[in-house]
Amino acid sequence: METYIFILFATLAVAAAVGMITSRNTVNSALFLVLNLISVAGIFLLLKAQFLAVIQVLVYGGAIMVLFLFVIMLLNLSDEEQMLSKFSVRYAVGFFLGVIVLSQLLYVIASVTGTLPRIHPEMEAVGTVETIGDALFNIYMLPVLVTAILLTAAVVGALLLAQRNISGKVNK
Amino acid sequence: MLEQYIPVLLLVALAVVTAMAFIVLSRLLGPQRPASNKLGAYESGMDPVGQARDRYSVSFYIIAMEFIVFDLEVIFIYPFAVRFQEFGAGTFWAMMLFIFILFLGLVYTLKKGSFDWTAVPLQDEQSQESSYKIS
Amino acid sequence: MQQFLESFLPAGPLVVFVFSIIPLMIILVYALFAIWLERKVAGHIQDRLGPMHTGGWHGWSQTIADLVKMIQKEDIVPAKADRFLFKMAPFIAFAASYAAFVAIPFSSGYIGSMIDVGIFYIVAITSLLSVSIIMAGWASNNKWSLLGAMRTAAQTVSYEVPTVVTILSVIIVTGTLNLMEVTEMQTGNAFLGFLPNWLIFHSPFMVIAFVLFFIASLAEAHRVPFDLPESESELVGGYQTEYSGMRWGLFMLTEYADMLLLSLVGATLFFGGWNSPFGSFMDGPVWGAFWMLLKGMILVFVMMWLRWTLPRLRVDQLMNVCWKYLIPLSFVNLVLIALWEMIF
Repeated sequence: METYIFILFATLAVAAAVGMITSRNTVNSALFLVLNLISVAGIFLLLKAQFLAVIQVLVYGGAIMVLFLFVIMLLNLSDEEQMLSKFSVRYAVGFFLGVIVLSQLLYVIASVTGTLPRIHPEMEAVGTVETIGDALFNIYMLPVLVTAILLTAAVVGALLLAQRNISGKVNK
Repeated sequence: MLEQYIPVLLLVALAVVTAMAFIVLSRLLGPQRPASNKLGAYESGMDPVGQARDRYSVSFYIIAMEFIVFDLEVIFIYPFAVRFQEFGAGTFWAMMLFIFILFLGLVYTLKKGSFDWTAVPLQDEQSQESSYKIS
Repeated sequence: MQQFLESFLPAGPLVVFVFSIIPLMIILVYALFAIWLERKVAGHIQDRLGPMHTGGWHGWSQTIADLVKMIQKEDIVPAKADRFLFKMAPFIAFAASYAAFVAIPFSSGYIGSMIDVGIFYIVAITSLLSVSIIMAGWASNNKWSLLGAMRTAAQTVSYEVPTVVTILSVIIVTGTLNLMEVTEMQTGNAFLGFLPNWLIFHSPFMVIAFVLFFIASLAEAHRVPFDLPESESELVGGYQTEYSGMRWGLFMLTEYADMLLLSLVGATLFFGGWNSPFGSFMDGPVWGAFWMLLKGMILVFVMMWLRWTLPRLRVDQLMNVCWKYLIPLSFVNLVLIALWEMIF
């Protein structure tokens, strides 16, 4: 049963990823990415990490996606045809690296034998909110606080970039 | 645990099937008479002018950015809220500090006037100059 | 409930199927009823009668007639639209808002699924709605649609923050995300001797939390005074401008389902869910479903009532209300509830 669900989600994720790369249109790519991220959430669920799975849907499927779409609307990216037409060393290197990664992946896939590895029964207890809460606020309290500073820095950085953009436009 | 989510999958599938059934029924029962006027974009009765997909204000980007920050903050508060009764005062005050730091970011955004949607977020002379220097 | 179904249904998978289909049935019937109710409420507030003829008694079958009419309408996909996304968007909105009902405890005997992270799951799955709205607006390739979609998405994501923060301030008291357990915690009438143990009576800050939650949920459900997505005087039809016939109908059903979802979440978190207000009187699984739906419908009714009472906000006021007042207030309230919990 779990194997079939895994195959379903994994195929969906890979298909969505392929769709994301191949579609010319930026908004279509972004929406394929949503599908990809949600399938990954399904795989998290199979690994018994339910809190993480829901976070995946909430943050990536909802929040990050809205940000991506707003940025696409802000930049008004047109179709990517122009980019493909000019060939450069960068693309050659990118292609070469891609081939390496693909061959590694194929090697890993080929070396897998049998079905899915068994998930440790104790995983069920690890993936809950309670366990994560205990770990976060007893052991990793300082990193949590540093995260807050990081997020605030992100806001300040985003504002500086965006506001400069606006005031530059006004001054011209 | 996994079986908790099987009804979710079932309900999603059922919702899609129900919606499909509605659409298919409407395809079967409804007329199909496409006309160039009918298929054009609606622009208050005039012929559409220019492109619909234009550039949008940067204010939307700022909203999305601020939303992500608060979304992540809220995700940290979820486990905190669930285990609140087990934690001592130390964790509570640490969490207050966490919320406070993120609040500074909100106050900064409000001070910059990024949520004032009345016009392009215009700034006073001074801050305009200062932000111009950065560029 | 599951055992009850197993007693007369032959196969196991069939039980799961019937078990899962119940929310869908409830919501479809509710949507038909709510649209009729909305017209009646609107009529009576404006000193009219509303629909009176279709079906006989007070026009009860008006919405069914409308649905039949809508099915007979032509399914138009604009020529310049992105066909695939245009067709997909209503499905995603519909599926996302309906899947959220799985975690709502309709009565002590029925909940679609005992998801451990219940309320968190609901928040996550409804956040996909904003993606489907941008999808609809962008695919339409119409200025009104895209502008409406952008505004709707900005509004939905902004008001998600105060909604979630007020939900969290309730979670601080209950200590669980499972809505069934939250409701079970509110059973009994011990508070001040006669009041039910509902969380709204728990502390004065809970009342503030409910008010904030209700305001934010009005904006989440795109209801007046926050109905900018449908502000026909400035945006024509918002993101739905190019939709017609049944595809538009799906968006309509989604809006009403969203209203009920937020009302039911509010009823569960603050008003005891399926608990009877009279202690053990009129209690039990069947009465539980009655109380739950009644509480939800009362909140839905208040939303309809507000629609004919308040004027609409402007988009800049909308953002001000959220970021300058609701979010700071809800965070302060969260801290105060946590302090109250620590002291008492």
